[in-house]
Amino acid sequence: MKQAETVLEARNLSMHFGGVRAVDGVDFTLSENELRCLIGPNGAGKSTFFKCLTGQLRPTAGEVLIRDVNVTGREPHEIGALGVGIKTQVPNVFEGLTTEENIWISARRWHRPARARTLTAETVERLRLGDVRSDPVGQLAHGQRQWVELGMVVAAEPWLVLLDEPAAGMTHEETVRTAELIQEINSTATLIVVEHDMQFIRMISRKVTLFHEGGILMEDTMEAISADARARQIYLGHRA
Amino acid sequence: MDLVVSLALQILYGMANLALISLGLAIVFGMMRVINLAHGEFLMLGGYTVVVATNNGVNIWIAMLVLAPLVVGVIGVVVERLLIRWLYGRMIDTLLATWGLSLLCIGLVTSLFGASTATTISPPLGVITIGAYTSSGYEMFLIVVTALLLLAGYAALKLTPLGLVARGTMQNAEMSSALGVSTPRIYMITFGLGAAVTGLAGGLLAPITGVLPTIGAVYIAKAFITVISGGMAILTGTASASVLLGGVNGIVAFLTGPTIGEVALLVAAIVLLRLMPRGITGTFFRKGL
Amino acid sequence: MRLPRDLRGTLVIAALGSGFMLVAPEVLAFFTIITLSQVIGLAILALSLALVWGFGGILCFGQTAFFGLGAYAYAVAATNIGGSTGAIPIAILVAAAFAAVLGYFIFYGRVSDVYLAIITLTVALILYSLTRRTSGPEYKIGNALLGGFNGTTAPPLNIPGDPQAVLFPEHTFYVAMIALIAAYVFCSWLVRTHFGRVCIAIRENETRAELLAYDIRLYKLGIFMIGAALAGLGGVFFSVGVSRVTPDVFSLSQAAVAIIWVIVGGRGTLIGPVLATFALHYLTASLGTQSILNTNLVLGIVLIIFVLLVPKGVVPTLADLVELRRQRRIARLRERWLRARRPHTGR
Repeated sequence: MKQAETVLEARNLSMHFGGVRAVDGVDFTLSENELRCLIGPNGAGKSTFFKCLTGQLRPTAGEVLIRDVNVTGREPHEIGALGVGIKTQVPNVFEGLTTEENIWISARRWHRPARARTLTAETVERLRLGDVRSDPVGQLAHGQRQWVELGMVVAAEPWLVLLDEPAAGMTHEETVRTAELIQEINSTATLIVVEHDMQFIRMISRKVTLFHEGGILMEDTMEAISADARARQIYLGHRA
Repeated sequence: MDLVVSLALQILYGMANLALISLGLAIVFGMMRVINLAHGEFLMLGGYTVVVATNNGVNIWIAMLVLAPLVVGVIGVVVERLLIRWLYGRMIDTLLATWGLSLLCIGLVTSLFGASTATTISPPLGVITIGAYTSSGYEMFLIVVTALLLLAGYAALKLTPLGLVARGTMQNAEMSSALGVSTPRIYMITFGLGAAVTGLAGGLLAPITGVLPTIGAVYIAKAFITVISGGMAILTGTASASVLLGGVNGIVAFLTGPTIGEVALLVAAIVLLRLMPRGITGTFFRKGL
Repeated sequence: MRLPRDLRGTLVIAALGSGFMLVAPEVLAFFTIITLSQVIGLAILALSLALVWGFGGILCFGQTAFFGLGAYAYAVAATNIGGSTGAIPIAILVAAAFAAVLGYFIFYGRVSDVYLAIITLTVALILYSLTRRTSGPEYKIGNALLGGFNGTTAPPLNIPGDPQAVLFPEHTFYVAMIALIAAYVFCSWLVRTHFGRVCIAIRENETRAELLAYDIRLYKLGIFMIGAALAGLGGVFFSVGVSRVTPDVFSLSQAAVAIIWVIVGGRGTLIGPVLATFALHYLTASLGTQSILNTNLVLGIVLIIFVLLVPKGVVPTLADLVELRRQRRIARLRERWLRARRPHTGR
């Protein structure tokens, strides 16, 4: 089989807060068209690692390369400008603007007005937000707000997508729909998904990276991780 | 040599002056994350307290050191209860409301005492001679008072139970609230204390500057810059920013005159905040008080 | 798109403004017309703050710094050039350039909220004490004496290119009014452009805007400079109306009233603060003629009452009320319609 190109790489990445080593010397690579899940118990360092990738945190040591460009310590907008779509853990939306306006702001960053308009309309359909297209996002239900944010990510037509807990707080139906969407996005983009919800990961995952105490414990399929004794003890054990 | 000593004292007084007018503001900012835009008017009220008291035969030292902090401290508590407490968590609205309070105070004092200078008081203590130069004994006294005030603040934060709670609140308001400390009460005491220190400063400065309903505007620009350049740590922030900005101001003013000195102070503060957006104590002396 | 792409409302307001412009000199006293030119300058200042604060989310407490710089720059330039033609663009440029330098430090240092408010206010106050110290013959720019406390003379407007053809007060009023209407239409247009909407988006959520690959520092700097340029233009008309510029343009109370206009008119609207400027100026002018209630006292109470009780301001609160009534009416109509369709349900 042909070796896929590496699109994202972290080399010896560390993030320390005072004496706490939230992320400690992590090496990580992601190949093109992959759909990778990052899992781990609370405080394992996956969200901190994610924030270092997206420029929201400046790592203490190590570097991050996106398509061989060193982006360590760059501003979030510079990383976004490389064609990376990012959804944060806390929903970050424009509360006072409508669903359409939210998505339009994203589409218009990359396209002329006419194309931005059609892309906005397509995205609204794709995320099934038609009923709330003219409602201020601040008034929407939690799951819909998550979708609006996902819509902003999609409307920018990124080639690399980083999602932090995209299904958090969603109903089962919404979670299933989100899993479908993520599979769909994966047809055109490489993805990293940070997630807690095991069922959700089983719906979407191929390869899973398990974080523990600031480092990577193992990297394998969900089945293999579920079967692994150490993994069960540190992570799955908590759920039993 | 005499010139050097005289200049050094002058710069030292500049630093002490900044610390004195800023400390009350810093107490409120450090504990409550609120900038009190009526700070200048609290200083002004301290000055008026001294003028009214001495005109009625009160000893000037009692008026400055006891009455001014007491009166303005009580005003601070009343303001907190009537106005500020409705706006906790709404930082911008708090700023705006205190600005409204500032205008209200100016208007009220103008209506009561008139728009021009009330009877002036001459500074007590005489002149100190250093060789060919003279220095005001009262300014020396103010340097000492400022130093004592900072020391007292340090002791209060380190040693008293209230200081412990205050340090906890500075670190994390939610946590101390969860531990059963009544944060609203702490805020009321803080605001009152900040006002009292401000009243003291206003009273002490009244003999030097005289009093006017609009005198607050003279102080606040400098007090604001000092406090935000210092950052969240009340004492370390005020002291370090006063030394730095007072030093820049004093030296530039000596070389070029007071106008450019004031501009240098502002430029230094803006450059400093470009480099350290959270103030000096946001970058250095993080464990400071 | 729901965001009003059309400028119908804006044009209606612009037409009403034009109507006022044509009628006012016919019905109002000559002295009132002269005063109005000053107030129009202040209204442009309010408009600039409405843009920067209400739409850009930049809490600029010292917008008067740019207003005053525009006024001083105009007075100095017009005195030196001998005419207003080149002086007006110079005033606007000086204000914008100053905002560019200040804004660079503020936005690239990521200074925000309280810090930004206090720094901008402090800048205005420092300019106040600076200009007050400029009495004496040595403080002179070209032919213009800065004059310290007493300020400097602001020459009247003239017909472009002809310094001898000085405008009459009525004509100055027309020019000022046209400038206000044009500035209002410009701002309404601006907040509907891509640039303007990104600024609004940044106001709503900075992190999200950054993640969408917008350099928020640049956008903030941009709207800050545009606001400063407008404030500078306001300063021009104010100084022409008064025919002097004094350090008071930078004073704490001037900064406070600018904030009060926007609070009372409402953040997030452009016309609200403009109308509030006229209304509050009328109020303070009538207060000035009596001696029982001090102007500062009244303004302070107005500010506190609005912050506590009407935090959104008059225009947005009225808009909410109208919207509520409209929804109630729709609900009533729908109910009536449903009842008519099902005559046999119910009793």
